Amino acid sequence: MIKIQFNEVPLEIPNGTSLHQLRAKQQPGADILIINGFPTVEDYLLKNADQVIMIQRGVIPDADQLEALMMARHTPGVHARIAQSRVGIAGAGGLGSNIAIALARVGVGQLVIADFDLVEPSNLNRQQYFIDQIGLPKVMALKENLQRINPYVKTEIFTGRINPQNLMQVFAGVDVMVEAFDAPEQKAMLTASHLQMAPDCPLVAASGMAGYAASNSIQTQKICKNFYLIGDQITAAQPGQGLMAPRVSIAAGHQANAVLRILLGEQPE
Amino acid sequence: MNLQVNGKNYQSDTDLTLGQLFKQLDLSPERVVIELNQKILQTTDNLDTELREGDQLEIIQFVGGG
Repeated sequence: MIKIQFNEVPLEIPNGTSLHQLRAKQQPGADILIINGFPTVEDYLLKNADQVIMIQRGVIPDADQLEALMMARHTPGVHARIAQSRVGIAGAGGLGSNIAIALARVGVGQLVIADFDLVEPSNLNRQQYFIDQIGLPKVMALKENLQRINPYVKTEIFTGRINPQNLMQVFAGVDVMVEAFDAPEQKAMLTASHLQMAPDCPLVAASGMAGYAASNSIQTQKICKNFYLIGDQITAAQPGQGLMAPRVSIAAGHQANAVLRILLGEQPE
Repeated sequence: MNLQVNGKNYQSDTDLTLGQLFKQLDLSPERVVIELNQKILQTTDNLDTELREGDQLEIIQFVGGG
């Protein structure tokens, strides 16, 4: 017998088994065969420790299969921890839509996303929406997109404005909170309210990511216990200095990685 | 009076409220999160709060964009 990885799961097969024989036995419908990272059409004599992936175009893996496929890309122990976590995202614009997608891809189990706004044509310059979603509530469009990426991430959405009165209710039970609003007054309101009402729940906020100034001026900073701020803290969105995809994505990447590091017990800085 | 604002000494000839300090620093209270002696305050509800000698303030001013 030899041991291979078949669709990211260990499998023992008789010595001398070929790739096509394995397909006939395990996944007859597979039309894409990948050996050790390289797609192949020809038959191949399987060797010990080979990594084999078989894909049937158009077939969606079930939750367990996807879990196994995703887990293979994560360090052992990491996936289990983030799969059980619940993250709140206030705002589904340039920051929020990018953060939600990053966290869904990495396997965060539950996302709670709030926004009052609709997808507008100008949003397509940086936000993770599609032209056929113009006019939809952002939270609905984002949920749709997240489900196309990973249908097994649980997404709760709230369509409406967040205020100090509903904040704790909408984001009940989150392990980490993300501020991803656009207006500075909303950012300040959410930050002050959250730090007062949920001081034990880490908050990752953002300020200053407009224009196309240097990428490395965007930083992750610890302000005080459980409050992390991302951005250059200076460049406001204003006429002549609009929000653009690259820098907003950089800030969103910082925020998503800060969330991931907090969930894994690391300091975000 | 002497205050610590974002880690730096800040001197004022007269007593100050939080709102007056914001005016001096040209800050918009609605866009600011403030930590006064390690306690987070709702800025707009505390504009009349009188500052005292030696108070430590951390002021974060948010700019727009997201």
